Amino acid sequence: MSHVLQIRDLRVEAPDGTVLLHGVSMDLNPGEVLGLIGESGAGKSTVALASMGYGRGGCRITGGEIRLAGTEMRTAPRQTREALRGTRIAYVAQSAAAAFNPAMRLERQILEVPRVHGLMNEAEARVWMTDLFSALQLPDPEHFGRRFPHQVSGGQLQRAMIAMAMAGKPDILVLDEPTTALDVTTQIEVLRLLRDVIRRYGTAALYITHDLAVIAQIADRLMVLRNGREVETGPTAALLDTPQQDYTRLLVAERHGSLTASQRMHNPGKDELLAIEGVDAFYGRTQVLHDVSLRLNRGETLAVVGESGSGKSTLARLIAGLLPPARGEVRLDGACLPPELSQRDNAQLRRVQLVYQLPDVALNPHQTVGEVIGRPLALFGGLRGRALKDEVARLLDQIGLPACFAARLPGALSGGQKQRVCIARALAAKPDLLICDEVTSALDPLVAEDILRLLLQLQDELGIAYLFITHDLSVVRRLADRVMVMQTGRIIETAGTATLFATPEQAYTRRLLAAVPELRTNWLDEVTAAH
Amino acid sequence: MTLPVFGRIPLSAVFGTLILAGTLVLFLFGPMLAPYGQEDVLGMPFAEPSAAHPLGLDQNGRDMMSRLLHGARMSVGVSLAAVVISFCIGVPLGFLAALRGGWPDLIGARLVDIVMSIPVLISALVVLQALGSSLPVLIGTIALLDSTRVFRLARILAQGIVVMEYAEVARLRGEGLWWMLRREILPNALPPLMAEFGMRFCFAFLFVAGLSYLGLGVQPPFADWGGMVRDCQQGILYGLYAPLFPAGTIALVTIGVNLVVDWALAGRTTIQGENR
Repeated sequence: MSHVLQIRDLRVEAPDGTVLLHGVSMDLNPGEVLGLIGESGAGKSTVALASMGYGRGGCRITGGEIRLAGTEMRTAPRQTREALRGTRIAYVAQSAAAAFNPAMRLERQILEVPRVHGLMNEAEARVWMTDLFSALQLPDPEHFGRRFPHQVSGGQLQRAMIAMAMAGKPDILVLDEPTTALDVTTQIEVLRLLRDVIRRYGTAALYITHDLAVIAQIADRLMVLRNGREVETGPTAALLDTPQQDYTRLLVAERHGSLTASQRMHNPGKDELLAIEGVDAFYGRTQVLHDVSLRLNRGETLAVVGESGSGKSTLARLIAGLLPPARGEVRLDGACLPPELSQRDNAQLRRVQLVYQLPDVALNPHQTVGEVIGRPLALFGGLRGRALKDEVARLLDQIGLPACFAARLPGALSGGQKQRVCIARALAAKPDLLICDEVTSALDPLVAEDILRLLLQLQDELGIAYLFITHDLSVVRRLADRVMVMQTGRIIETAGTATLFATPEQAYTRRLLAAVPELRTNWLDEVTAAH
Repeated sequence: MTLPVFGRIPLSAVFGTLILAGTLVLFLFGPMLAPYGQEDVLGMPFAEPSAAHPLGLDQNGRDMMSRLLHGARMSVGVSLAAVVISFCIGVPLGFLAALRGGWPDLIGARLVDIVMSIPVLISALVVLQALGSSLPVLIGTIALLDSTRVFRLARILAQGIVVMEYAEVARLRGEGLWWMLRREILPNALPPLMAEFGMRFCFAFLFVAGLSYLGLGVQPPFADWGGMVRDCQQGILYGLYAPLFPAGTIALVTIGVNLVVDWALAGRTTIQGENR
């Protein structure tokens, strides 16, 4: 059998001379799905883009061979490469919202591929597009293309992008984290349809992801990458069951651990810390919270789960004082919290702290770690000079960073280290309540695991209560004492973690739980069959 | 803020620094270096360059080089003072408008729009005509008119920064106005502001020249570079070099300022913490 894509000893360098890929080789058979696995910086996207003869952001392909449909992409003239892109190999990006032009109708963007390459006439291209829309189960396939990108949901837009990639009937699809930005329930739907389409048309694919449970459902073979080198390659089931390399074993064990972990032993306090009573909130005229009430005890962890748009983060902003409620009240230790930030006193500000999803934008790039952590200490604790320095060093030690980091700027830190600094900044205020808004979802699995461990350990040491906002149910299972499920601004269900996972009462909760991928190659088939 | 690494200074930056150092020397010592006085008539108008007058004579027979040296202090001084003052007015007000939002922002922004809708030259003419053209009035007028542009830039930059999560964290901490302006907004808005400073400085040169043309800029007998270009312009008709010398000095200083600004901005053009 001849390979549709053959890569030999591929080397890629960044503009500053850093080597991104140290000689990676792979073969892709017709109709085969190869999963590329690894942390950020492993070189997954670089391999995939290089297979199209493309280097992102000035990256240069400095060595090796890339043979696509019998053409050597490295040495081919630009016209040849451009003729192959879209017709032989096509790309699906992580964020469909950023990949579509918001000012053009979907069909114009999708039909552009066959038109530019002269593959079929207008009528044939339209029929083919409608076929694809039906195969991807988009509503009203005849007229779906008339819509603009903002008129369809996130999951539909991602499917439309798959249709756009398929429009040129390519041999290979390059899929760069195509479901990562989607909600769990949407994710399995897109994953299932994507797999159906690939199988139906016999398209080969390079599938990039950091989620082993997702890739297990769709890939025939897996390649694990780390720091620009291949760690190991093998058939999906074999690689997941009997990984040969330590690093792969670590990745598999982590994912297994996060999926099957039992609830931790934790005895939260019995005194009420936070109470929210019948809160309604609006953004402009749109009501985003409907009659929300909750209670949180000292040292307890309450997880708030739900899909995007369910009002989880709005709830966090409301408690923090960034969004005043239209009705209802928020009480801290029995005392009513003023709705507006400007009316809250120092102690009230100090006791509630927030940790954000993206540590990159949560840290001022022009303040050193020492300044970031030291500011709340000076402001709330009145520390100065020597005492301040010592306390910063102690906090850094507590979050597992060396004291010399105090002099560094955020730009010199990795994502996980930045998130640790954000946690230290919150701890510096000595809070009673820490609101964690998707704190691990922007991090690599192994790094996220470390952050979760740190949070658990800090709660045991300091007895802080956590309001843990997340869409990742495996995190909830390990961390939370109780879980609150939200949908479109309403609370659907609240229960103890064990109870909720064992006997969910509401249909929506059951759907949410069923949508978490499991680390078995046949999980998706079982879920599909069950429907 | 990290300083650029010394020892690996690009050639363009060396060049720019040399020009600026030269300008500084002219600014401080120009009049002392001049071989002749700025008002001394020494020969025929538009005399060719000679050993005694390396750059020739101007339209009134005055030594070109001496006038350039005398004019350095006036030209650089007026532009620099005007631009510094305009930034001192525009930046804090722009930041404040973005931070406060609501009515203060609306009134400030609309007021600036109104001022900007009137051509600068006309506004300047009205003020200078009414108050008379003296140096403080000239500097003050240019500074105020220029500050509207600075205000707009500062406001839009700060609007992008106050919605960042690190600024939100500072608000949640109950930080005061001064901290927000000085520590959260200013460092992150600095690169575009510096680029703007370099450009505004050069515009101010030309603006003074334009006003001088209408008789409202730097008043004779004081020499300024912009005014000298205007005075000598009829020389172009006769194929003479005379107007090229003052024009060349303006161009050189402009290039020097921008080379140094570019160098200072190199590697830190990202704003708002986009260093992921």
